Amino acid sequence: MHIPDGFLDPKTFSTAWVLGGTAVGFAVAKTKKHLGERQIPFMGVMAAFIFAAQMVNFPIAGGTSGHLIGAVLAAVMLGPWTASIIMATILVLQAFIFFDGGITALGANILNMAVIAPFAGYWAYQVLQRLLPGRAGTLVGAFAGSWISVVLAALACAVELAFSGMAPWRVVLPAMLSWHVLIGIGEGVITTAIVSYVTQVRPDLVYETAKA
Amino acid sequence: MRKEIWILLIVAVAVALFLSPFASPYPDGLERVAADKGFLEKGEGPGLVHSPIPDYAFPGIKNEKVATAVAGLVGTVLTFGVMYGIAVLIKRGQVNRGQAILDSRKNGQG
Repeated sequence: MHIPDGFLDPKTFSTAWVLGGTAVGFAVAKTKKHLGERQIPFMGVMAAFIFAAQMVNFPIAGGTSGHLIGAVLAAVMLGPWTASIIMATILVLQAFIFFDGGITALGANILNMAVIAPFAGYWAYQVLQRLLPGRAGTLVGAFAGSWISVVLAALACAVELAFSGMAPWRVVLPAMLSWHVLIGIGEGVITTAIVSYVTQVRPDLVYETAKA
Repeated sequence: MRKEIWILLIVAVAVALFLSPFASPYPDGLERVAADKGFLEKGEGPGLVHSPIPDYAFPGIKNEKVATAVAGLVGTVLTFGVMYGIAVLIKRGQVNRGQAILDSRKNGQG
């Protein structure tokens, strides 16, 4: 879902830069308050793993593929603020080193995948943890949270495209949502499998809210 | 570094090396929508910056799968290093700020 340069007009990409940049700035300030020494290398491997996993596109249907975003995976493991920094770091490297996602569009990609995806997804994860006790809440929450993170990031992307006049609202919104409702299932399966495994073997590595 | 960090890093590198060459070549959701709705070519200009490893293919390697695997390996290790470095800087900021508070207290008392 990495938006290339040319898809967004200046008013849209500059607005997205301000929103995305401000949010990540807040995330850095928040993380600064509670970042523990042992989380530092864990942030590194989490980012490395998500970068690698994002390269592995899986086919969904009708000649279209999707890949993990990983925002909710990072949020469940390290909390949403740290997840936001991890996602933003990956997006910057992808744009500058790998020509994946534009430079002008980087603010929008950060807004969609490093802000909306981790926070909306983590919020859904927390709501489900309150509704369902114990491990079930963690696993169902991880699945639903990661699914919704993809759908809402796609919705935000569609809104940005519509604001930029790339396609009419009534065309681009349903088109983006219909594919990402499916891609989100892949996100949910991968995220839940990893969360399930790590909470079983190394629950101490996982952010405070997850239940083994 | 602790043992589990090494294990997780090896897992990440393994995903990049051995799974990424077999990724689906189909367009992703956004590319598909852009193609269907006729605005894909608007995003196909040359890059605004020169990317050293464009499109996850390490330059100079003819075999596509090997080029992807090497790009994946380099990217995974690079991402680890950059994220680690940023985390250290954030942590250092925290320490410096704590020190600054101590200093300002000292100065206030002095």
